[in-house]
Amino acid sequence: MTIRVASKKFNFLLISIYLCTYPVLAISPGEAFKDEALEARARSLSMELRCMVCQNQSIDDSDAPLAKDLRMLIREQIKAGKTDDEILVFIEDRYGEFALLKPRFDIKNAPLWALPFLLILAGIFLMRSFFRNAPKN
Amino acid sequence: MIAETGHFAMILAFCVALIQSTLPLYGAHRNRQAFLLIAAPAAKLQFLLLLWAFAVLTVKFVQSDFSLWLVTANSHADKPFIYRLTGVWGNHEGSMLLWILMLAAYGAGIAHFSKSMPDALKARVLGVQGMIGVAFLAFSLFTSNPFARLISPPFEGNGLNPILQDPALAVHPPLLYAGYVGFSLAFSFSVAALMSGKVSPDWAKWVRPWTLLAWLSLTLGIAVGSFWAYYELGWGGFWFWDPVENASFMPWLAGTALLHSALVTARRNTLHSWTMLLAILTFGLCIAGTFLVRSGVLTSVHAFATDPTRGVFILMILGILVGGALLLFAMRSAGLSSADKNVPFQPVSREGALILNNVFLASATATVFLGTIYPLVIDAFGLGKISVGAPYYNAVFVPLITPLLMLMPIGPLSGWGHSEISPVIKKLAMAFVLAVLGGLTVLIMSAGHQGGAALGVGLSLWLMLGAVADLGKKIRFNNVPLTRLPKNILKLPLQQWGSILAHGGLGVMILGIVGTTAWRSEVVQAVVPGAVMKISGYEVTFNGEATVSGENYSAERGEFSVRRGDVDVALLKPEKRFYTVERQSTTEAAILKNLAGHLYIVIADETISDGMASRVVRIWYHPLVAFIWIGGLIMALGGVAGLMRREVKSFSSDSV
Repeated sequence: MTIRVASKKFNFLLISIYLCTYPVLAISPGEAFKDEALEARARSLSMELRCMVCQNQSIDDSDAPLAKDLRMLIREQIKAGKTDDEILVFIEDRYGEFALLKPRFDIKNAPLWALPFLLILAGIFLMRSFFRNAPKN
Repeated sequence: MIAETGHFAMILAFCVALIQSTLPLYGAHRNRQAFLLIAAPAAKLQFLLLLWAFAVLTVKFVQSDFSLWLVTANSHADKPFIYRLTGVWGNHEGSMLLWILMLAAYGAGIAHFSKSMPDALKARVLGVQGMIGVAFLAFSLFTSNPFARLISPPFEGNGLNPILQDPALAVHPPLLYAGYVGFSLAFSFSVAALMSGKVSPDWAKWVRPWTLLAWLSLTLGIAVGSFWAYYELGWGGFWFWDPVENASFMPWLAGTALLHSALVTARRNTLHSWTMLLAILTFGLCIAGTFLVRSGVLTSVHAFATDPTRGVFILMILGILVGGALLLFAMRSAGLSSADKNVPFQPVSREGALILNNVFLASATATVFLGTIYPLVIDAFGLGKISVGAPYYNAVFVPLITPLLMLMPIGPLSGWGHSEISPVIKKLAMAFVLAVLGGLTVLIMSAGHQGGAALGVGLSLWLMLGAVADLGKKIRFNNVPLTRLPKNILKLPLQQWGSILAHGGLGVMILGIVGTTAWRSEVVQAVVPGAVMKISGYEVTFNGEATVSGENYSAERGEFSVRRGDVDVALLKPEKRFYTVERQSTTEAAILKNLAGHLYIVIADETISDGMASRVVRIWYHPLVAFIWIGGLIMALGGVAGLMRREVKSFSSDSV
């Protein structure tokens, strides 16, 4: 392997770092609502949305310009009187389901949501066989 | 020339591993003593050869020998000494060599310390260790050679990712690998037993200490990683449900289940097949984690050193080693289960609690696995791209694990075989009442708004007080006069502290998690010198900033006076660093650390506010956050205590 290859890889790394500065630094001054309840809503919505140019961060954690745009967008929508669900649907329509850090409840995601609890039930059911033959003291 | 001896030592180690993975197994199969006895010296030789290779690579990094491609790509002569040293494993190739070295070290450890083990079992265990060694040495030599040379060496290297230039790099990866690799022994023990087709009653007792060692290393490794992320990433998050974190969390969960099932197997001589299956799966998850991290199939904030071709190789290793082991398990485990002593369990008993623990931990492991790979599966079926992030885990993992936490204190207090429920209730009544009171207090003080925090505080108290009740039972608190108690505490065998510390430590950790999650406060402001910010009873004054230069970076350093009431408590100096070689910036938070909470300051960009050049400052108060890592440390201490048994008693004398 030559050094050129290494430096190409390195450039790629640099670009991804400029796109999304590594140190995660949430919101800037002036972004926030004065009203605490509205701001709390904006923050919790931000935590549910993915920063799509970053590796794996919510827009609440990310310093990337796109994340900031999305945060402003959410606040506009809140100001316009939309509900949380309406805002999430709005974002999903624009950017796709990839933007949601919590996948939707639908048929495609059914295993994701149901399997963990089914496994517990199955485990407890299997466990019973250990006890079936157990005599009472 | 020296570098070539390192490379050559690796090749020799590969050959030794080939011998170690064949002749002793043949010897054990045909009962040929001469072949069988090759295992131990081969394991030790393999270790020594790899130690040489690793030492050579370390020397090359310290010397900044840029004729080595790896040193050029990941180091720089101006880097402080400690990062030239730890930089050896701050990259893919070097960290793989460390991984393999530790694998060999565990093998040598078995060869050296397990004197009481029958030769045939030892030969088989080391043989399987040898196979793992062959697989990963081949991976290293053929896809990730750390000793590759450059024909025309440059004068300077590319440097190391500044995020990794941190003292934590010295301990985080080695601890983590000691954990991952440690679980290989549980794997090898299982495969060895399956190969021989029989399992001795002492089997689980040989497995358990090694599993415990791996578990406590992994616990510490994860805790250090979490603390590192907390202070380095710039806002005080301690866990991100990132795929790479999940890659370490899955083996931890499975390994915790393994520790508990091995306890049942060792004590009651039953559940052998399940314990073996868990051992195989735990190590499988370690390799799968390595695959996820190194292959780049998942995007992660830890995305360093990824390469798809390597991913395919690791996937092959996973398929052959774990697939082979599972096949063997499917063919042989039925025969083994006859070794299980058919003792009937009462639902209310230590065994009952431990099996329930396994049901929950196995489901929790599966959940994290599901969340980590589900986006890949959906993508592979062409159903689109989805993300599974923290909100999913909060919604699924937390409710799933809560019942387990509720049942946790009951386990150690119930007796083996069968147990009356009433004495257990009696011993835990006080803990239960106090925990409920604690939770209710939080609920009332927050006027019913913080149900989650109330549950968390209740659970935390329940676990900590449950651990105290466990101690109370072990020192026979109710049956001896108070004056004898100090003596009883001192005389309590260290091993008995294992469950007390591990379970109580988890309670401490939960307190920290709840504190920072529920009560964190935050101030974001653009400030000019002289500005005062108020947060959680602290008054923070921005004194100004200066440009400073470090060994290999320049930095903007802000200075903040912190007052509480009328007292000056600290002078904090957060930095925004720019690493000149790597051309990357990092934030260095300044943290005022108290047990009650951390005051966490970072400085961000310059901006114009009200027509004046100002600095964006972010301050957080993280209440109780230190308990997260203190709890982790206590849990690991529990692991250490568990290792402190004077000798492995034979099964018959211990089984009553």
